[in-house]
Amino acid sequence: MTATTATTATRPTGSRQSSRPRDTRRAGRRAREGGMGAIPTLVLILGAVYCLIPVVWVFTAASKSRGELFTTFTFAPGSGLWENVVAVFTYQNGQYLLWCLNSLLYSGVASVLSVLVSAMAGFALAKYAFPGRSAIFFSFLVGILIPGIVLAVPQYLLLSGVGLAGTQLSVLLPSIVSPFGIYLARVYAMAAVPQETLEAARIDGAGEWRIFRLIVLPLMLPGMVTIFLLHFIGTWNNFLLPFIMLSDQDLYPLTVGLFTLLSKGSGSPALYSVAITGAAISIIPLVALVLSLQRYWRLDLISGGVKG
Amino acid sequence: MAPKPSRRSTGPRLAPYLFTAPAVVLYLLFTVIPVGYAIWLSLRAYRVQGGLLGRKEDVFVGVENYVAVLQDSTFLAGFGRLFVYGVIAIPLTLGLALLFALLLDVPAVRAKRFSRTAIFIPYAVPGVVAALLWGFMYLPSTSPFSFLTRAAGWGPIPFLVEPGIYGSLANIAIWGGVGFNMIIIYTSLRGIPSDIYESARLDGASERQIALRIKVPLVTPALVLTAFFSLIGTIQLYGEPATLQPMTSVISNSWVPLMAIYRDAFGTDDLPQAAAASTLLAMGTVVVSALVLRLMSGRRTRAAS
Repeated sequence: MTATTATTATRPTGSRQSSRPRDTRRAGRRAREGGMGAIPTLVLILGAVYCLIPVVWVFTAASKSRGELFTTFTFAPGSGLWENVVAVFTYQNGQYLLWCLNSLLYSGVASVLSVLVSAMAGFALAKYAFPGRSAIFFSFLVGILIPGIVLAVPQYLLLSGVGLAGTQLSVLLPSIVSPFGIYLARVYAMAAVPQETLEAARIDGAGEWRIFRLIVLPLMLPGMVTIFLLHFIGTWNNFLLPFIMLSDQDLYPLTVGLFTLLSKGSGSPALYSVAITGAAISIIPLVALVLSLQRYWRLDLISGGVKG
Repeated sequence: MAPKPSRRSTGPRLAPYLFTAPAVVLYLLFTVIPVGYAIWLSLRAYRVQGGLLGRKEDVFVGVENYVAVLQDSTFLAGFGRLFVYGVIAIPLTLGLALLFALLLDVPAVRAKRFSRTAIFIPYAVPGVVAALLWGFMYLPSTSPFSFLTRAAGWGPIPFLVEPGIYGSLANIAIWGGVGFNMIIIYTSLRGIPSDIYESARLDGASERQIALRIKVPLVTPALVLTAFFSLIGTIQLYGEPATLQPMTSVISNSWVPLMAIYRDAFGTDDLPQAAAASTLLAMGTVVVSALVLRLMSGRRTRAAS
């Protein structure tokens, strides 16, 4: 912090500085930027370390045999990695792998459908003037405010009324509609789809569905990738909905599976290693997905900076 | 789709309804109807009619369940805990996110890609898994922090008892939320044309002055949005305390409102009570977020004028 305060303290105010010779001022600025660089870099690296510590810890803990977990220094790697991985994948006849596949199924199907539904609705709300448009849009906006989790209990009661509770559909169906996704799709469609292109296609005799499929979808694709990723991660991380809906352990996604594993493990610390290693493995695919698709994120969509 | 001959005339008029239909139908089925059903349930109760041998009947009781929820001390205590947790978690998440975003935007900073990526990684870790990771890092027998303090002769750090549990839970939320919010604010910062800063620099403004006087006011919309998401996330707190439950005795079955709702709905089968509490929670969210939006947009217009 000393460098920052020193430069700020010695720096003259604007009006006085403007009367100083040009080159001194530039030199002063260069010095100031140099001094400003070190501390922000350090603070950011501290933030990065804070965010990485649990990840590093879970992988070192996953490498420890049961005895080592409670005795050795926690950041020292152990010798039981392979043993633990085998224990995770053979836990209750390979249930862990089922949980991974279920998470992939729920998130994958829900987000593909969600992004299509959102793109269609967002496009219509952005590019057509029709009676009822603002009523529909406003009710979606209210939907963003309603915590999805509050809906889980009535959703369970209604779905069990039609005999769907406990099935994969009971997790999938409520996960498709996303008011926030629709909102983002509308924002993106307003910026990315020019009205003139639509008019020209109509004059050429193209139907509305054809226009949407061949012109609008390609234009909206970058925004849709972001909506897809947001929804995929949201569904993957969802806990309460599958927790309430499902009772068959073979249908659990990873979050609910690891949760029950830990609840059971409270009685027997033997399951701690399985829970820790299972958590470590579960992190890998999603972190890989987020990192590899990092450059496709258009988060300016959320912060309102989309300019098409 | 409509058959070919009629499509051209009715197409543009009918199309928006067909395009919004899947979203509207799903929204009705999985949001509007559940909300309506919850409200209907919350106004009813099971009563035994006709003395000892009577049947259990479902009757309309008005706002009785709401009164019961608001007088229920465990539910109110849950709100109190949620408040303490939120007061720690939300300002720290947003403050750190803003700080990191502003630092990423300083031209002279090194290792930007590394820091940005590392801070964003927790976003990809589900809340339950994050609670599991941190839970083991809090647990005296496996905690690396308590390992160090014990070695120094101070004994384990009280992460999992009152009042440390509030900070421990808030830390899980901060860890999981900082990166995403940072990226949103940072993206918004990158959208500001840099010539604004150039003229400020020529006028002799320091990087810190530029950050506080120019950048922060300009990213207020992004801050409002992140505040809003943090708030909604806080009210929905369930998975993290539920995950820590096996590791500590201070987290009861009704520690936060949503845990009490879950207990009423599936543990004690008091659905009307659970529905009334859910409705109150949803209304609370809407009111609080409307207030936040109002307050923040009010400040923004004042800052702009």
